[in-house]
Amino acid sequence: MSAPTTSSSLRRGRTLRTDRWWLPPLGTALGLGAFVVYGLIRTFMNQWYWVPEYHYLAPFFSPCISDACVPGASHFGSPFPDLAPWIPPPVFVLPFVLGFRLTCYYYRKAYYRSFWAAPPACAVTEPHRRYTGETRFPLIMQNVHRYFFYAALLVAAVLTYDTVIAFRGPGGGFGIGLGTLLMVVNVVLLWAYTLSCHSCRHLIGGRINHFSRHPVRYRMWTLVSRMNGHHMGLAWASLVSVALVDLYVMLVAAGAFPDPRLFN
Amino acid sequence: MAEIESHDYDVIVIGAGGAGLRAAIEARSRGLRTAVLCKSLFGKAHTVMAEGGIAAAMGNVNSGDDWQVHFRDTMRGGKFLNNWRMAELHATEAPQRVWELETYGALFDRTADGRISQRNFGGHEYPRLAHVGDRTGLELIRTLQQQVVSLQQSDHAEHGDYEAGLRVFAEFTVTDLLLDDDRIAGTLGYWRENGRFVRLRAPAVVLATGGIGKSFKVTSNSWEYTGDGHALALRAGARLINMEFVQFHPTGMVWPPSVKGILVTESVRGDGGVLRDASGRRFMFDYIPEVFKESYADSPEEADRWYSDPDNNRRPPELLPRDEVARAINNEVKEGRGTPHGGVYLDVASRLSTEEIMRRLPSMHHQFKELADVDITSERMEVGPTCHYVMGGVEVDPDTAASSVPGLFAAGEVAGGMHGSNRLGGNSLSDLLVFGRRAGAGAAEHVAAARHAHPDVSEEVVTEAVNSALAPFEVTDARGQENPYSLQAELQQVMNRLVGIIRDGAEMCAALEQLAEIKQRAARLAVPEGNRHFNPGWHLALDLRNMLVVSECVAAAALRRTESRGGHTRDDHPGMNPKWRGTLLGCELRDGSIEITEHEQPPMREDLLRLFSLEELGKYFTEEELAVVRTPS
Amino acid sequence: MGYRARLRVWRGDADSGELRDYEVDAEEGEVVLDLLHRLQATQCPDLAVRWNCKAGKCGSCSAEVNGRPRLTCMTRLSLFDTDETITVTPMRAFPVIKDLVCDVSYNYVKAREVPAFSPPEGLEPGEYRMQQRDVERSQEFRKCIECFLCQDTCHVIRDHSENKEAFSGPRFLMRVAELEMHPLDSHQEKGGDRPEEARGDHGLGLCNITKCCTEVCPEHIGITDNALIPLKERLADRRYDPLTMLFRRKRS
Repeated sequence: MSAPTTSSSLRRGRTLRTDRWWLPPLGTALGLGAFVVYGLIRTFMNQWYWVPEYHYLAPFFSPCISDACVPGASHFGSPFPDLAPWIPPPVFVLPFVLGFRLTCYYYRKAYYRSFWAAPPACAVTEPHRRYTGETRFPLIMQNVHRYFFYAALLVAAVLTYDTVIAFRGPGGGFGIGLGTLLMVVNVVLLWAYTLSCHSCRHLIGGRINHFSRHPVRYRMWTLVSRMNGHHMGLAWASLVSVALVDLYVMLVAAGAFPDPRLFN
Repeated sequence: MAEIESHDYDVIVIGAGGAGLRAAIEARSRGLRTAVLCKSLFGKAHTVMAEGGIAAAMGNVNSGDDWQVHFRDTMRGGKFLNNWRMAELHATEAPQRVWELETYGALFDRTADGRISQRNFGGHEYPRLAHVGDRTGLELIRTLQQQVVSLQQSDHAEHGDYEAGLRVFAEFTVTDLLLDDDRIAGTLGYWRENGRFVRLRAPAVVLATGGIGKSFKVTSNSWEYTGDGHALALRAGARLINMEFVQFHPTGMVWPPSVKGILVTESVRGDGGVLRDASGRRFMFDYIPEVFKESYADSPEEADRWYSDPDNNRRPPELLPRDEVARAINNEVKEGRGTPHGGVYLDVASRLSTEEIMRRLPSMHHQFKELADVDITSERMEVGPTCHYVMGGVEVDPDTAASSVPGLFAAGEVAGGMHGSNRLGGNSLSDLLVFGRRAGAGAAEHVAAARHAHPDVSEEVVTEAVNSALAPFEVTDARGQENPYSLQAELQQVMNRLVGIIRDGAEMCAALEQLAEIKQRAARLAVPEGNRHFNPGWHLALDLRNMLVVSECVAAAALRRTESRGGHTRDDHPGMNPKWRGTLLGCELRDGSIEITEHEQPPMREDLLRLFSLEELGKYFTEEELAVVRTPS
Repeated sequence: MGYRARLRVWRGDADSGELRDYEVDAEEGEVVLDLLHRLQATQCPDLAVRWNCKAGKCGSCSAEVNGRPRLTCMTRLSLFDTDETITVTPMRAFPVIKDLVCDVSYNYVKAREVPAFSPPEGLEPGEYRMQQRDVERSQEFRKCIECFLCQDTCHVIRDHSENKEAFSGPRFLMRVAELEMHPLDSHQEKGGDRPEEARGDHGLGLCNITKCCTEVCPEHIGITDNALIPLKERLADRRYDPLTMLFRRKRS
């Protein structure tokens, strides 16, 4: 028996919603668009990402792993050669960071709605004639989210290292500046966003059917589940914080203003 | 007349609530081709409204519980008017029926050792109600629905047809039971969607249509509760008993007006909620009747200790059987101590933490938040009595659920006797399962015995039934037309006002007169607009016929019983009379009018009588009835 | 503080229909279903509308109010201005039968295609032991009242009815998840694989997790986060995780 289809008699326009349903997708599109534009400009700007005095490395350029990196910025060596001036260092790392966000279950919802209009909002007709969801290439690749998650863990670890070494004064020894604090906030948000991811939730315990036999993983799953409830908020907060810290380091590195020091 | 759609089955089950589905599962599992007919969509039956739980003496929380204790509680709750055999079967078989649900995939709340958790409830001595938060009815209906699907899947695997052995006719109303002489031969009904009639032939029909609550204005019941099964049975020649006993649940919502009557689960009290008057006083201590004095606390201190130490303290009076609590609330309001909206306060906010309330009573929280804008974790609820359940129904054989009409069975709320004069909370869901299964088995045995004598119906009978159902379309003279919606509203007013929670002889005489008048006008019920295509006006006109005859039974039986007992309280005859305990009132239809008859209650088996103390029995039974237990065995 | 509410209701059947305007008395504290009932009792006795419990527990009175899928019995009038026109239309994803009643048989067809709970071998009734923490996830999904609002709002079938054949909708993907997470379900021991079935038989891949199902759920079930995404992740374990795939190939 096949399922019945909608009768053609009931055509009622695109939507009968009376609220401003287009506002959230518009906001999302503007927010994500701004980030992409900033990211592109920043990547190809290819300078002002290292403040040697305070050991501030801009998150867009971390880890800096090509010979093109300015001296002192490559904390983990430079396995990649300086290929060309139009291939700046972030090119080697950004695909992983962006891949994590691009395949993230929250961002998928956000851009499917705001850029793809599939659907633009709930109970608002989408403009596409055909719809195959995530059943074919390329969208079937969304299923590799967990590998980007592993990469994102590495990146978060690297940014943690960056933050730790930012606790140094200009002459060596312990020191804290406004930049350090911003980097701490950023790295905390990044960890929270990364660990609250749905793949993490699955891997850490979601795949188990008998929680009672795995008390520790159950506790971790409960914790991750709680964070997962705020995944959207963390996605935005960490997106904004990455851009802001990057901007801050850029401005300090460019000498727009000195970093206010709280200690040494 | 033109050919109408016809089907042949072995067993027809009318109603797809807990009892109907359990009966259908039983009949199908015994290899019979079974049809389930339901007025709503599949899975929407009124069973979903049950909140608290399923009473079954599994002893998971307190190992002192067993079927004898459950039996005693049930008999006490029903003021010993119960059919003792039904109460016995119910108490002994309920645990098995609950465990069976787990094999269908039900997920009850658990105890620490992984068994089914059980909660306290009014009238139950031990924590006894298997539950899932406060949505147990939903779990029950969904589980049975999914078991039906599971059986259909195995039929599909075997025969390539999901409906080979068990078919659900959804949104289908039964108008008549068809008889061959005095035996059941099938049913006539129509698809609500298009108004087309369907004849189903079968030697056995199980009624599982639920109750009659929609005849009252303030009710927790849905539109479906129009007493269809009661009326079908009457018209087929069966007898109803105990129709005077209608349960008013003590706690229904009273505000806002549009939700007046919607149920507030008894679990609120089972989990610690208390009733207070407008000044905040816990008034239930003033209303403990003599017969219950020994088991209910007389001070708030003792009552509060009971929750943590039930073995050494008596129960809080908020957990008295429903009839007692409903009367108490009614009296508080009448004497001017009620809330602004005419109820009393049910306070759980000051008794449990927010987290506890959210965990144990999530759907109550949701219901009050969404419908009344009240946050029960910080505010008190306003509650008052609401028509909830009819104890009366088709008189059946306890073991087989067979009525006096060959081939007609009844289970669940539409069957009478099990709950006596008042039902305990939680005993309804277990009743559905125990007697639903027994009705399915009884029908199967009946079909096996009648295998070679498939009854049949004459065309004339069918044509007559169809014409009668279409009669409202024929009333075209605009001046004489009666509107089904207004007539229903009038009926509800009459029943609520004159045959409600507190009754009086003169009022009920008036009610009977008014019912007679409404009945006369009902002959001119018309469908003012539309055709047979999904027309609620027409549907209601047909349902009204059932509501009217059943309401008459309630009013007439209530007038006849000159005592107060359980769900029947008379201002002019307060107090119980042991003579009336031994008497059941029957309601039958003779030549189109109802007749109330008196019948002797079969005496209780001696070993069951001995489960009670002589002192307790003395409060309910006559001396002659107790002669057997006066002498030591 | 009663007032005259403005109501615009879709009237018609499978062949034709239109939005019609009405004015109905409204009282404080009422819900949209109260208005529909009053309309029935006073102006349109043949107005077709499904309802049962009127308390948000049975999921019968689903419709679209001002374009949003909702239970009419849980849509309070206080959501709207008194002079606002309230538009009520039938669920759009399903064929109309009459007025606000539509043919939801799609859902019952799909329900039959999900293999039922498979009881564990060797356990008699009464011997089932499960811990509360192990049943809680499936219990959340069993809160579902089958109002089918999630099905109605899901663009996969709402805007593309050609997908109905391949896609079972959030309700029944959630049912698969419920059974998949049931601690005693023995479907897998008997050769089944629920996540694979979710992909192959129920179209899990068509879901693009845009979360409208979760937004409209009157029971506030985390359909997307707790059922659909975990199901996608379990499927990734089996199908899209090169490590486990490699591991499997080596073993076989």
